[in-house]
Amino acid sequence: MRITQGTFSYLPDLTDEEIALQLGYALGNGWAVSVEFTGDPRPRNNLWDMWGLPMFDMHDPAGALLEVNRCREAYPDRYIRVSAYDSRHGRQTTALSFLVNWPQ
Amino acid sequence: MTQRWDAGVLQYAEMGYWQPDYEPKPTDVLAAFRVTPQPGVPPEEAGAAVAGESSTATWTVVWTDRLTAYEHYQGKCYRIDPVPGNPEQYIAYIAYDLDLFEEGSIANLSSSIIGNVFGFKALKALRLEDMRIPPHYAKTFQGPAHGIVMEREYLNKFGRPLLGATVKPKLGLSARNYGRVVYEALRGGLDFTKDDENINSQPFMRWRDRFLHCREAVGKAEAETGEVKGHYLNVTAATMEDMYERADFAKEIGGIIVMIDLTVGYTAIQSMAKWARRNGVLLHLHRAGHSTYTRQKTHGVSFRVIAKWMRLAGVDHIHAGTVVGKLEGDPASVRGYYETLRCDKADPDPRYGLYFEQDWVSTPGVMPVASGGIHAGQMHELLDLLGEDVILQFGGGTIGHPLGIAAGATANRVALEAMVKARNEGRDIAVEGPAILRAAANRSRELDMALSTWGDVTFSYESTDTPDLMVTPS
Amino acid sequence: MTGTGELTGPGARAVDLAAERAAAGIDGVLDSLDADLVGLLPVKTRIREIAALLLVDRVRSRFGLAAEPPSLHMCFTGNPGTGKTTVALRMAELLHRLGYLRTPKVVSVTRDDLVGQYVGHTAPKTKDVLKRAMGGVLFVDEAYYLYRAENERDYGAESIEILLQYMENHRDDLVVILAGYADRMEVFFTSNPGMSSRIAHHLEFPDYTLDELAAIAALMLGRQRYRLSAEAEVTFREYLARRMTQPRFANARSVRNALERARLRHASRLVAATGSVGKDDLMRLEPADFLASRVFSE
Repeated sequence: MRITQGTFSYLPDLTDEEIALQLGYALGNGWAVSVEFTGDPRPRNNLWDMWGLPMFDMHDPAGALLEVNRCREAYPDRYIRVSAYDSRHGRQTTALSFLVNWPQ
Repeated sequence: MTQRWDAGVLQYAEMGYWQPDYEPKPTDVLAAFRVTPQPGVPPEEAGAAVAGESSTATWTVVWTDRLTAYEHYQGKCYRIDPVPGNPEQYIAYIAYDLDLFEEGSIANLSSSIIGNVFGFKALKALRLEDMRIPPHYAKTFQGPAHGIVMEREYLNKFGRPLLGATVKPKLGLSARNYGRVVYEALRGGLDFTKDDENINSQPFMRWRDRFLHCREAVGKAEAETGEVKGHYLNVTAATMEDMYERADFAKEIGGIIVMIDLTVGYTAIQSMAKWARRNGVLLHLHRAGHSTYTRQKTHGVSFRVIAKWMRLAGVDHIHAGTVVGKLEGDPASVRGYYETLRCDKADPDPRYGLYFEQDWVSTPGVMPVASGGIHAGQMHELLDLLGEDVILQFGGGTIGHPLGIAAGATANRVALEAMVKARNEGRDIAVEGPAILRAAANRSRELDMALSTWGDVTFSYESTDTPDLMVTPS
Repeated sequence: MTGTGELTGPGARAVDLAAERAAAGIDGVLDSLDADLVGLLPVKTRIREIAALLLVDRVRSRFGLAAEPPSLHMCFTGNPGTGKTTVALRMAELLHRLGYLRTPKVVSVTRDDLVGQYVGHTAPKTKDVLKRAMGGVLFVDEAYYLYRAENERDYGAESIEILLQYMENHRDDLVVILAGYADRMEVFFTSNPGMSSRIAHHLEFPDYTLDELAAIAALMLGRQRYRLSAEAEVTFREYLARRMTQPRFANARSVRNALERARLRHASRLVAATGSVGKDDLMRLEPADFLASRVFSE
């Protein structure tokens, strides 16, 4: 059974270009992008492993996409997700989150 | 002043209820009424009468008024505007001192404002259009038990509207069959399923049986998809004690959300909101019965007032209109409701029927629910008009799918995700929506069939309740 | 990329270069370069050449002629205060308008931003900077400090390696501009041939002449709504002539500092004097405001 967590899991796997577009959308909104991975995809597991820190102050998706692919190379056997964080008053929460890797 | 206090009947305007020079204090509760006076009643008098009869007045002068700090307690009508294009109607603005109200009580607030005045003979019709709740009063309420942000973190679902479906047919299914519908819909891709408002505990299905079968269905769907799922268990009952019993049981078996109907009354709603926060369970409110008094423009209470009251009372979800579905709701008014529920600060905007500035001072937002006759073919309109923080409920639009319930759920989920993805990529979904759906349908048989089945269905009737100011396309 | 004319593919016919150029909007950048920066003729000429080259390259690719994307990494050499940072900013704007950079953003760093203090610190630090600069320009000032040949345990070499990798593999995403003194850059390149081979354009920033410095001063004063009296102009030229020969002269920067000090003296002079002041008094610098400088007493 394929885990369908994340915002785009019912669509065909996103290509790198499509991921870059979503990253661009997030960065354009001023959200910090981060990459996380886990071997435990249970619904209530909120704490995935962090791949480095959230990327604050990034203005172009290419840098973020680099990290996504580095994580995929390092952990092809894990679930990997990209999250974008909105730090504004009244929100202070994740604004977007989607899976970019399922265990091979 | 002796004339003021002579026994007898005086015009309300002369008793001090009409004060055009009054500057509303930041602590005042304000109300805007749409007044249709009887022929021969001047508008100031009508406004003053509303102010009076919703605060201290009675139909004749009474000496006991002089035992009170009278000017402090009386409602003040400080402004009357004619309604453009309608010579019989006026909007009356009335200010009430904070001391008139019990802290944190919607029952008291509503009894005060609408408890008495609506039957008043001097008015042909009366409608409470909007209210301004000052922060001083708003802070005495609990507010939503969780709110939009906490709900998303609870469900771990971000960046898209949530999807739901009401179990259909409305009545008659047995508990076991009911559970089957829930399981199919959730495993197909919906986030929530829901009891209908009239499903409580009837001879064909008692509440405990339903709760158990639904819990099993939710658990199985969660295990298969890895997502957090929920079913709104309706705990509406005859008495508070029964409601608590049902809600406690729902929590005991691990349910994440319960629902109540508006018909349980404001006091019960606030009790349940407190329970919900105490127990970490989401609270969904079905606005059952509201259309009896919210729908006609001339008389009743506007839904935006109900929405404000419910946000204060503390529900996490409330049905607020779909615009394009089978139930009443024109786009501008619905936009006003959604802003009232979601924003931290709403500015007055006559285009959306918002009469006052409303500062919610960090009260969490309520997740609006769009439910009623919507289908996957409208996904672009829904996302464009209603935004991202909303629950889209496709009851018939899921269960009526030719390939089955799970397929119906998948069709809706694929349509939604494709639309969100396209929007993020910068495409204009209002214009390209149908093309985006078609493209997504090429990769999804379920969506393809859904579009073929319902693609042409629309509900276009003239709305009975539109704002006075219409946005004219430039 | 925007453009006019019927094109794309080897079957395309003719292209109106003037229209292409107008569409790219680069003239605005080039003209403001001329207006805002005094002198620097060789630099400005070179920049126009580069702009023309990139424009033609872009059009060539539409006819299917261009093979690889051109290398855009550059090196700016010259003394301090000769306009290197300003030109780097304009270059980013230009490249963005021509479609070679996604944003006109410049991330400006020195050795300390790239190199760490202990083992394993450098790689993440450098990579972090590069990530942030992606899509725009990375400007490395005094780049030669990255390489400390005398110290074996210096981590700068690691940073250089990573930079080289990115300059090679991410040419679509990043342009690197190194800057510093000409002679030290020369040494740096000799010791790092890999770096030298990746730099496509070397731009030299000559020292300003006396006339050019005076013109720069006039620009700066004009912007701040001051002016020199006729006598003060003469005095200031003398000041410059002397200052230029003294050590640590930083061209435009030194001019700015001198003007700042003159403003201080001007203000003190006005406050100490009696009588009322008019608008021109408030704007006009006099010889006294410069003569007090140490430059004249040494």
